[in-house]
Amino acid sequence: MSANHDTADTHDKDDAHADGHGHASLRGYLTGFILSVILTAIPFWLVMTGAIENKQAAAIVVMIFAVVQIVVHMVYFLHMNSSSEGGWSLLAMMFTIILVVIVLTGSLWVMYHLDTNMMPGRHDMSEMP
Amino acid sequence: MSAVAATAAEKAVPTFYVKDEHDHAEGSSTMLGFWIYLMSDCLIFAILFAVYGVLGTNYAAGPAPKDLFDLSLVAVNTTMLLLSSITYGFAMLTMEKNRVAATQAWLAVTGLFGLAFLSIELYEFVHMIHEGATPQRSGFLSAFFTLVGTHGLHVTFGIVWLVTLMMQVGQRGLIAANRRRLMCLSMFWHFLDVVWIGVFTFVYLMGMLR
Repeated sequence: MSANHDTADTHDKDDAHADGHGHASLRGYLTGFILSVILTAIPFWLVMTGAIENKQAAAIVVMIFAVVQIVVHMVYFLHMNSSSEGGWSLLAMMFTIILVVIVLTGSLWVMYHLDTNMMPGRHDMSEMP
Repeated sequence: MSAVAATAAEKAVPTFYVKDEHDHAEGSSTMLGFWIYLMSDCLIFAILFAVYGVLGTNYAAGPAPKDLFDLSLVAVNTTMLLLSSITYGFAMLTMEKNRVAATQAWLAVTGLFGLAFLSIELYEFVHMIHEGATPQRSGFLSAFFTLVGTHGLHVTFGIVWLVTLMMQVGQRGLIAANRRRLMCLSMFWHFLDVVWIGVFTFVYLMGMLR
């Protein structure tokens, strides 16, 4: 661990501006890789064997694994932390996450209701006010 | 502070901007700029995911995910991309130690894993189209091919970029500019792996659960 710190320190001295990539270490990459393999294998196993009977519950579990794995990739492979690039990359990512959440939930929510209410034969126009 | 030392004539014309720009090392803001590009790419994928989420169940009496997807193939594909991520990480570590040959070797291994991923994906596409599951068949298939195809296209360009950088490193060695380029590609490559997590979860695994 101390060796990793040494390389990070010398690198910072080389280029004071280029922070945020001094955290790369063999240990970090291997940790990220092992975690990713586990977090990939479990959801595949769950779906391929049908271990969880309830499909909705299985879908939620699979989604949770995906979110955790995305965080693992962000931290160990993309070296994301609050201090890289003076916090600006984290800020940009937060903004993007907010936009992504709005786009995804907004589209799914609106289009789901539109779909349900536009189903042919579901509505009798004479009952409309 | 130059304003204090300025002559009276200059004082008459007020300036509203910083005259003395302080030094920026060349490429010092590249990483942040590239990160912002990746975030905009992330929005493209978010829109394609939203399209798939809306159209993903419109089968038009055609094939559904259960009839088309082979999860073991997707698992192999995911493994290829994950392995390419870790080998790129090794390339970055050898780059920091200034070992040109080892860096080139790890980059080549990464490229090969990327090619394996693309080949498996193309095999899957050809197989689906051969069975009549073309993009024109249903809303689900249009959205599927657009989303997964866009990701595959990104991987293709990533490989082109990787080969270009290998040639540049071969010619110039691990100079500062090449290190910066390799770090940008590193972010791009890992980002594509992150997007793939969304694809195999949202499209393949949840498709099979429907």
